[in-house]
Amino acid sequence: MSVASESARPAPSAEERFEYVLRLADTSLIAGQRLAELLGHGPALEEDLALGNISLDLIGQARLLLALAGRIEGRGRDEDALAFLRDAPDFRNVALAEQPNGDFGATIVRQCLLDAWQLESYECLTGSTDRDLADIAHKAVKECRYHWRFSSGWLARLGEGTEESHARVRAALESLWRFTDELLTPDALDARMAVCGIGPAPALIRERWETRVAAALAQAKLERPAHQHYPWHGKHGVHTEHLGHLLAEMQFVPRAYPGATW
Amino acid sequence: MYTQALDSPGGAAAADAHERERLERFQERIDRDEKIEPKDWMPEAYRQTLIRQIAQHAHSEVVGMLPEGNWITRAPSLRRKVVLIAKVQDEGGHGMYLYSAAETLGVSRGELIEQLLSGRAKYSSIFNYPTLTWADIGAIGWLVDGAAIMNQIPLCRCSYGPYARAMVRICKEESFHQRQGYEIMLTLSRGSAAQRAMAQDALDRWWWPSLMMFGPSDAHSVHTAQSMRWKIKRFSNDELRQKFIDVTVPQAEFLGLAVPDPDLRWDESAQHYVPGPIDWSEFHAVLKGEGPCNRERLEARHAAHEAGRWVREAAAAFAEKHQEPLRAAQAG
Repeated sequence: MSVASESARPAPSAEERFEYVLRLADTSLIAGQRLAELLGHGPALEEDLALGNISLDLIGQARLLLALAGRIEGRGRDEDALAFLRDAPDFRNVALAEQPNGDFGATIVRQCLLDAWQLESYECLTGSTDRDLADIAHKAVKECRYHWRFSSGWLARLGEGTEESHARVRAALESLWRFTDELLTPDALDARMAVCGIGPAPALIRERWETRVAAALAQAKLERPAHQHYPWHGKHGVHTEHLGHLLAEMQFVPRAYPGATW
Repeated sequence: MYTQALDSPGGAAAADAHERERLERFQERIDRDEKIEPKDWMPEAYRQTLIRQIAQHAHSEVVGMLPEGNWITRAPSLRRKVVLIAKVQDEGGHGMYLYSAAETLGVSRGELIEQLLSGRAKYSSIFNYPTLTWADIGAIGWLVDGAAIMNQIPLCRCSYGPYARAMVRICKEESFHQRQGYEIMLTLSRGSAAQRAMAQDALDRWWWPSLMMFGPSDAHSVHTAQSMRWKIKRFSNDELRQKFIDVTVPQAEFLGLAVPDPDLRWDESAQHYVPGPIDWSEFHAVLKGEGPCNRERLEARHAAHEAGRWVREAAAAFAEKHQEPLRAAQAG
């Protein structure tokens, strides 16, 4: 991208950048925290290790993004202040990320839908005019490719494996599908960040996500559920009941011992 | 393999002589510090002892993921959280190398896991204690991993090749874990009064169980002599325990924490710390299944195994349809 075209673009305000980076950061953090619950309880050691790796990648992304958000905000909040000292309405993760693990099939379906979105988003963000965000995206996109390979591979195994596994992932897909509405419905901030050359064009993400997910569902012999309108979006701070419980557990120690360092 | 020998008494005597000679040659190889490899001949008792020991170690790694996993979701900072996830993940990895090492002796991971779930196989009793505060994560790294390293470093020179090689990698990671644990304790002991109290409480609860990790005293240890001859074990339980105490007491002093042993004293002439008596009745009770968390640990393994059954079945069915190499499904 040439300097001339960059300079022709409008620039977002610090508040807009902060809000936008938080969406990415919180989605990675909350998804990573959910997967971390599973360590030691997976269906086989190999899956324990793989889910642990994915959780580590996601929390790693969250740390970089939260630190960036803290710098943009300029009020001295570091990654831990942002992770541990905000309440649910201030979290900006997509609601899909906070959904409980359920059985292994539900975990895989959630991850698959989310991985496809993160992969396409970070792929586009590598070309962001925001250099910090582009640098983080370069690292994250490699991780997201692996996450997608893992979750779509398991979706295929479970979708095609046995009658029971097929029924389980189909039920999980039906239950979680409504949360994809948020992934594909841009709001004013998404549009503004695209115009500023910082975020991807929402239509592009939608198209790529649809293609990727359709291929994975076909491979897993699963039908795409009907669209469900679901306007309660985590990225606006409107969450499901699950987030509060996740945060109560995650934030307990720093909240119980204010000001302590660990 | 012994059917021929059973056919005639004369043959049996010849076979005995042959067997004795093989045993002698085997012992000579061990005495020369040669490594025994999976395809080499080995006495059945050597094979069984190793399977028991390696499996017990593997199970300990896998069950050991539970008490620390208990704090992953509540780790007090994001840095501590990723370090703890990586640590618990390392333990799962150790379980995998160790099951693989045991498999070279002709037993499958599935059989070994079955033995764990049915209660026939043991794992380290230390993991039957609860993790009640964040400081327990520090204490486990410092004391439990510290004790494990004392036990395991000599095993890098163990006579069985695959086990010795697995231990080299495991020990490197364990010493990293031990330093992380100590660093948590250091941070707590330099922190607020509540954090220092938390650190002291953790030391109070983990000190004696850590000393028991080395097993019964030499006078009561059943497996020591033969295992020492075979170089499966290289130091006695009491020697290793003493070494651990000598290294750890000054570390506790540096933290400003009190070792919970009123009889502990420094013996100037022996140049060793002398601890008070260990309550072996607690050790035996925990070993028998009467520890605070024996039930929870096995229930958690059962629950994961049962909840994963349909997943493993699906993976196996898929692999069959697509000739995909079996992986998860092999875990039994």
